[in-house]
Amino acid sequence: MTRNHWRRAVSHVIIVLCGLSVVIALIPLALVLFYVVAQGITSLNLSFFTEMPKPVGEVGGGMANAIVGSIIVTLLGAMFAIPIGIMSGVYAAEYTGTRMASAVRFAADTLNGVPSIVIGVFIYSIAVLPVRRFSALAGGLALGVMMIPLIMRTTEELLLLVPATLREGALALGATRARAVFTVVVPAALPGILTGILLALARIAGETAPLLFTALNNRFFSTDVRQPISTLTVQVFIYATAPYQDWHRQAWAGALVLVTMVFVCSLLARVATARMEKLQRGA
Amino acid sequence: MPRPRNARIDELIFRAGTGAFAILLIGIVLAIGAALVKESRLSIVHFGWSFWQTDVWDPVAGEFGARPFIWGTLYSSVLALLISTPIALGIAIFISELAPASMRRPLVFLTELLAAIPSIVYGLWGIFVLVPAVRQLQIATPEWLRSVPLFSGPPLGVGMLSAALILAIMVIPFSSSVAREVLKAVPQSQREGAYALGATRWEAIRMALFYARTGIVGAIMLGFGRALGETMAVTMVIGNNPQISASLYAPQYTMAAVLANEFAEATNDLYLHALVEIGMVLFIMTLIINVISRMFIWSMGRQTRPRRVLAHAPARSAA
Repeated sequence: MTRNHWRRAVSHVIIVLCGLSVVIALIPLALVLFYVVAQGITSLNLSFFTEMPKPVGEVGGGMANAIVGSIIVTLLGAMFAIPIGIMSGVYAAEYTGTRMASAVRFAADTLNGVPSIVIGVFIYSIAVLPVRRFSALAGGLALGVMMIPLIMRTTEELLLLVPATLREGALALGATRARAVFTVVVPAALPGILTGILLALARIAGETAPLLFTALNNRFFSTDVRQPISTLTVQVFIYATAPYQDWHRQAWAGALVLVTMVFVCSLLARVATARMEKLQRGA
Repeated sequence: MPRPRNARIDELIFRAGTGAFAILLIGIVLAIGAALVKESRLSIVHFGWSFWQTDVWDPVAGEFGARPFIWGTLYSSVLALLISTPIALGIAIFISELAPASMRRPLVFLTELLAAIPSIVYGLWGIFVLVPAVRQLQIATPEWLRSVPLFSGPPLGVGMLSAALILAIMVIPFSSSVAREVLKAVPQSQREGAYALGATRWEAIRMALFYARTGIVGAIMLGFGRALGETMAVTMVIGNNPQISASLYAPQYTMAAVLANEFAEATNDLYLHALVEIGMVLFIMTLIINVISRMFIWSMGRQTRPRRVLAHAPARSAA
């Protein structure tokens, strides 16, 4: 075998290995999705959404309180994170190149890398410890802190993509900077920003670790943000690690709800991005 | 809206208004550090360095040694990286260099989906599917292999191997997407140059990899940072036993897992502060890893950076 044959053979082998690594990574994805759907679908029924958890030993019941709780906590997080994320994103995009903008960007990237459990510890120390009570509000704060960097980075990136001519047009008409940004530049980037928020929501709604000791859990139906609240993810954790067959069944059902939500959100975001790209190309 | 007052005042209000939120964001990061130090002071003062040099974790007796947790976190993360790095690089190379354009989008979507699945779902799957499979594997371990420290211990299923595997699955999409971005930043001329010199496809890719080496290292480190802080899935499969063991089969414990399991039940102040100290060190570790990896990635992206800034320079000067 000549040297060139050898080189070509090595090249082919490595190409095959690269293809193989894609397959290897997709196997767990397929397995996880398969089990979640297969196990979840047999356990999922209407009462899962409408009924309260049953005490240990009684079969049946649902996670109505946890589903409502998850929605409340996630929305609280969004209410907290969206203003901070968007406004700091506007700042970073508008003052690109200043030291302050770099600092915000750095802070956002840092925050994005902080383990979610540590954010839970942080919120515990500022929102649970002083009042000596776990609360839905604390859970919302924890999720909000996790959402901020995601929203900030998307906002910044999308604002920088808006053609400079749009803003120049507004400025040429005599608009002040604030007016140009909030009535022309931000609206132009709004579909993208909304997509980013949607993706952030999907990611945050699946979080468990920051809720364990902020929102804690609640066996009862509660919408009071000052009280502990049950969430879907924490409920799945408790059910999965408990020794009861029926609870395992419900944990799978909860997982199916979570995965469906994540899947629908990322699919929506995909469609939205594709449509935006088409619009931009057409323009 | 009334006629704009002084444009300069308007600009000032705008800058201060958005800047306030920016400062708030920076403040949150600083507050995390401050709160962690404040709430762990009892433990820091009481134990000092011995906290990290003691192996006994017995909250009932008031003994707190955190070395097993550091060990478990580092060991599981390193193992996960050993598994995930070749696969993540393979995926990045396949998508950015080899796959036909029509396949790229679906593949990117699928790897993103891998990252989007919540940790708790991986954990659930880990408990009921992966752990039994690992147990079968452990039972099937040949006798001569069991005398090796790496494979010693009873076949429990839960333990370091399960944790490393599930971490690897979760880290792959992060490393591979960053590596893909980094490879995208390699100028096409690099590859063309290699081909012009008669390189095979792999040799050209190797050139691109070499060109992108700092960014690739950054991508792997970013995955490392993720693995260090990953909580739920690991907590559910690692066995939660604070011991230092080299065995892949031994149930162990990580820093994030002990927080998840014990934080809400910490009964006295010293216990709580000891747990927060673990959180603080976890925060510092991920912070350092993230900053270094971002520096690596950023130094790669610098070549493409000026163009982006230039495109917006006119806008800035106009305003």
